[in-house]
Amino acid sequence: MATALQLRQQFLDGERNLGEYYHELLNRCEDVNHRLNCLNVVTSELAEATVAQLHSKLTSGRPKGKLFGLPIIVKDNICLKDHPTTCASRILNGFVPPYNATVIDRLLADDAVIIAKANMDEFAMGSSNENSALGLARNPRDLERAPGGSSGGSAAAVAAGLVPLALGSDTGGSVRQPAAFCGVVGLKPTYGAVSRYGLVAFASSLDQIGPLAADVHSAALLFDVIAGHDSRDSTSAQQSLAGAEENLKAGVRGLKIGLPREYFAAGLDAEIAAAITRVADWLKREGAEIREVALPHTKYAVAAYYVVADAEASSNLARYDGVRYGQRAAAHDLLSMYTETRHAGFGAEVKRRIMLGTYVLSSGYYDAYYAKAMKVRRVIMQEMLEALNAVDLLLTPTTPTTAFKLGEKTEDPLAMYLSDIYTVSANLAGLPAISVPCGVDAAKLPIGAQLIGRPFDEPTLFRAAAVIEASSR
Amino acid sequence: MNFEAVIGLEVHAQLLTKSKIFCGCSTTFGQRPNSAACPVCLGLPGALPVLNREAVNMAVKMILAVDGSVGMTSVFARKNYFYPDLPKGYQISQFDRPIGIGGRIAFEDNGVRKQIRLTRIHLEEDAGKSLHPEGHSEDFTRIDVNRCGVPLMEIVSEPEIRSPREAYLYLHALKQIVEHLGICDGNMEEGSLRCDANVSIRPVGETKLGTKTEVKNLNSIRGVEKALRYEIDRQIAIVSSGDRVEQQTLLYSDADGRCYPMRSKEESHDYRYLPDPDLVPLQLTPNWIATVQRELPELPLNRQDRYVHDLALPRYDAEVLTSSPGLALYFEETLAACPDAKLVANWIMTEVLARVKGNAAGIAGFAVEPARLGRLLEMIRSKAITGKIGKELFECMLADARPVEAIVAEKGLAPIADSSDLGGLIDKVIADHPKEVARYRAGQTKLLAFFVGQVMRATGGRADPAVTNELLRSKLAQSE
Repeated sequence: MATALQLRQQFLDGERNLGEYYHELLNRCEDVNHRLNCLNVVTSELAEATVAQLHSKLTSGRPKGKLFGLPIIVKDNICLKDHPTTCASRILNGFVPPYNATVIDRLLADDAVIIAKANMDEFAMGSSNENSALGLARNPRDLERAPGGSSGGSAAAVAAGLVPLALGSDTGGSVRQPAAFCGVVGLKPTYGAVSRYGLVAFASSLDQIGPLAADVHSAALLFDVIAGHDSRDSTSAQQSLAGAEENLKAGVRGLKIGLPREYFAAGLDAEIAAAITRVADWLKREGAEIREVALPHTKYAVAAYYVVADAEASSNLARYDGVRYGQRAAAHDLLSMYTETRHAGFGAEVKRRIMLGTYVLSSGYYDAYYAKAMKVRRVIMQEMLEALNAVDLLLTPTTPTTAFKLGEKTEDPLAMYLSDIYTVSANLAGLPAISVPCGVDAAKLPIGAQLIGRPFDEPTLFRAAAVIEASSR
Repeated sequence: MNFEAVIGLEVHAQLLTKSKIFCGCSTTFGQRPNSAACPVCLGLPGALPVLNREAVNMAVKMILAVDGSVGMTSVFARKNYFYPDLPKGYQISQFDRPIGIGGRIAFEDNGVRKQIRLTRIHLEEDAGKSLHPEGHSEDFTRIDVNRCGVPLMEIVSEPEIRSPREAYLYLHALKQIVEHLGICDGNMEEGSLRCDANVSIRPVGETKLGTKTEVKNLNSIRGVEKALRYEIDRQIAIVSSGDRVEQQTLLYSDADGRCYPMRSKEESHDYRYLPDPDLVPLQLTPNWIATVQRELPELPLNRQDRYVHDLALPRYDAEVLTSSPGLALYFEETLAACPDAKLVANWIMTEVLARVKGNAAGIAGFAVEPARLGRLLEMIRSKAITGKIGKELFECMLADARPVEAIVAEKGLAPIADSSDLGGLIDKVIADHPKEVARYRAGQTKLLAFFVGQVMRATGGRADPAVTNELLRSKLAQSE
């Protein structure tokens, strides 16, 4: 399959016809979805209307956007005007946002073609895409395995070769973990680098929209389009961001790269450990200096993460009460209307997290849980920033195992939560992190290498990711 | 046993910003239901709040005006509770780090200066309105979200208020301050200013607090005074009979002047506050505060003091004239054209206010602008016209927008000061009243006033009193 860059060029050069390409692509959506259930809705009409506009743009002399003609799939928690946004939850049944998320506006402004909304774990809560009211999605590398979550649909669509680009959202690893499971590139940008306006919130202080792509260059291209200040998001960074695509080929000579020893302890699959060691060697060969670093508070990251994320989730999901939109249960008084609506509307995992979050915020337990988790979060952030003073990047595995079997962990939420063990720290600290494929295990399942960088230093992440990608080919 | 009341007031003031606190929707009162609503104030999925700087400026103005300290870093928190007209399931408010800490509100109580300290001032968004239409066969509720996100400033007093009268004066002073600052229209009927009161009683001399009740739904300053009086009497009656006051929330009914229980404490909420992750902490700078400080107008109580000390006005006059910023401005602009403060004050408090009352345009739209009134009063002060003619002129000016001089000329109201014009008239008055002339000449010089009066009557009040006096005196002496 052509990369995003090649595809764009083919459209511009007239080597490939937009109309024919999309006719075929929209047909393929059905086939792929039949196998993978990675799409919640195919936005054919919107895609066709966009293609018609692009066609006339092609024949006129008007400037063409960076994503000209490129098909893209967005996770179904990103609001697309006049199209259902489900978050893979029954409670949002019938909800049609009258507005676009800021990232959607930016994609359209740069001439991308949105062709579908991707399946996901309900409200982005999960690590396997099995918590979807619209059914689980499958991993195209092995249909019996999970594509990862919660952006499993987006990652699967890219891995299946349906599209070169997709958007996911990453609260604790939800872009990087499925990217690793499916063998694609996934970036969790610096907190504040990409506007959250129009992203249905899970945990607002951790959520960040990120690109999933078939290759590093495409991911950089997509990141450059969606990043930048947005006056509609108060947490959106004011600073201007360096372009990630520009210096992509600058290599890693002179970069200091740290291996946090805590990330290579018990629980890590031996094949993955070996793969990351190999990645370190590649980077060294290309001129980087590899050092071991210590991040002793890493062991508290998952616990702190689930307290903070669930606390925010319990608050963010309070708005789904059946009063103004979505489905409403029939009841005889107000309280029953709320409880019945929420009982019928939310899945088990979402309910579990709402209850946990409500508990940790309640006045009697606030200090013991939420306040303490926030302190741990600050310590983790400081520790990581200090480490990143000494080195330019951290190199870690993305996941402790490769893609696990569907159903394997659904009965054990704690085991499921631990599949985010290497990714949550970057969210707690607001740091950018990328997962890039670096090989396969004995079962031919993809392995992801994770790089974590300094705030707003996505360009350096992409430089190193490009080296890993080139070396693994 | 003698009891004293312990009262703390929580006042919500709706800020006069053009748009809501976290979005661009209009705050105009009385719009069609649900017409001033956007994804942000509706709390639609994915929508995010962005803080309105104007609301911050207004809160800082208030904090500076009451000598509170501005929290350089304040934090917006979510106050979580379910309510049909609260679209997000939480209200964005400030909790442990409010924008204003401390401060005080001062007022005069029968010539005694008092002040009530403030605990805090914070910013928050208003909730929507549930409407329960009556006269329908089905039972249903309608929601109007226009008020969702309207900016409110909450001013919380220390429990230092000791009587309903003090509560009245405190609220009155607070209302005047927000009006003078131009940050709230002070309209309690429209809900721009809302008040909840915490009330308890204790035996005089006791320092421990009694069980308090919270009285809500107070929609006039007099209503607050009445409700507090009712509630204090109720609590005294309970305690005096040996019972205990139950901690509860009460609703005050204006119709019968009583308080009714709203909900008991079992339903009390655990709001599960958390810092709102959608809003970064509000960071103020010394520069920002200095800019607001420069825009700060003179406060009503300071103004009163100045009127009393510098203009020698009675306290009562000063209070009336500062009762609204518009009136104080009118007074001061009139004073610029006529320096007799007492004369200006008298005219404004009687002639002007009588006509402004009940007039929708208010003092700002009053037909006689301060400069014109000032010129009129200056003519009276310099005795160019008499007070009586002045009032006649004032009537004319209500309907006639021209300068007072033009009206004087047209209506022939200019005083007659020419001795040749007045001479013949005075001769006639003397000739018509021989008895009085004789008594005057016999030493009853007080009769001069009688002759002046006759001349005034003959001229319709236009005779210049000084010239008339002078001429009369000399003519009555001449004939001797």
